[in-house]
Amino acid sequence: MSNSDKLVIAGREFTSRLMVGTGKYADFQQMVKAIEVSGAEIVTVAVRRVNISDRSKESLLDYLDTGRYTLLPNTAGCYTAEDAIRTCRLAREAGLSDFVKLEVLGDEKTLFPDNEELLKAAKVLIKEGFTVLPYTTDDPIVCKKLEDIGCAAVMPLGAPIGSGLGIRNPYNIRIILETVKVPVIVDAGVGTASDAAIAMELGCHGVLMNTGIAGAKDPIAMAEAMNLAVRAGRLAYQAGRIPKKLYATASSPVEGIIE
Amino acid sequence: MEITVNGEQKIVESISMLNLLESMNIDSRRVAVELNLEILPKREYATTMLNEGDKIEIVHFVGGG
Repeated sequence: MSNSDKLVIAGREFTSRLMVGTGKYADFQQMVKAIEVSGAEIVTVAVRRVNISDRSKESLLDYLDTGRYTLLPNTAGCYTAEDAIRTCRLAREAGLSDFVKLEVLGDEKTLFPDNEELLKAAKVLIKEGFTVLPYTTDDPIVCKKLEDIGCAAVMPLGAPIGSGLGIRNPYNIRIILETVKVPVIVDAGVGTASDAAIAMELGCHGVLMNTGIAGAKDPIAMAEAMNLAVRAGRLAYQAGRIPKKLYATASSPVEGIIE
Repeated sequence: MEITVNGEQKIVESISMLNLLESMNIDSRRVAVELNLEILPKREYATTMLNEGDKIEIVHFVGGG
């Protein structure tokens, strides 16, 4: 892979096309190791109340080198545009960066995005100078609207958050890739390495995952697998795959076969 | 006077936001603070005195996807 193959989001260049979450790890040590092995440069974090009654607990930022990683605060758990906007403002104040992963959820069971609220929140945040990376459904029309209002990327889901079902609608992802010019990052649903490779083979610019790594039996081994899968998928996309055919085409010459 | 911090009632003297954070052993560089639903910029922690009935939210980054 050429060194110039960078992922560019809002003018910022990244070498790795894998973005990883920081949730659900057994402990901070395991998280740090997994992130390191994944090769990711962008890591997502959540914004929550400080536990004021028990100050003995360690802080995430004691373990994450903010000089090395770009933090991408999310609005997980927000069900209205208002809550998501409030969370983003707090995140910017806490992290001093404009990058946010905007998610506005519609339903606790599916954690599917509420695109109406998402668009509403994105408009306000972009006006306030945020670099908005929205988690959305694999809907090309919504992705186009998100691009039109100024989102720096679109992040359609592969499948529901934490489901591990992989890329359930690769055809929609392909249409999204043809519809928008901003980077398309598959966010959510990746269960194993081949899922990540499929997203990249489709031509996606990146993949974001958390549970797929943190929930694996051996998260550090899976982080390495995902690192390789994203790179392999990208390389295969750039190499250009052969067309799918129903019948065989011989690889060996048909001339000169002994009789 | 009584204030509410992250949903919990607290009785405090007349203190600044910075004093409050220090009294709870919170590193002000790593948190964001909302005072009565408005973000309080870090540079104003030292000069902002708390008032009776103030509602304060103190947040930080935790693991998430």
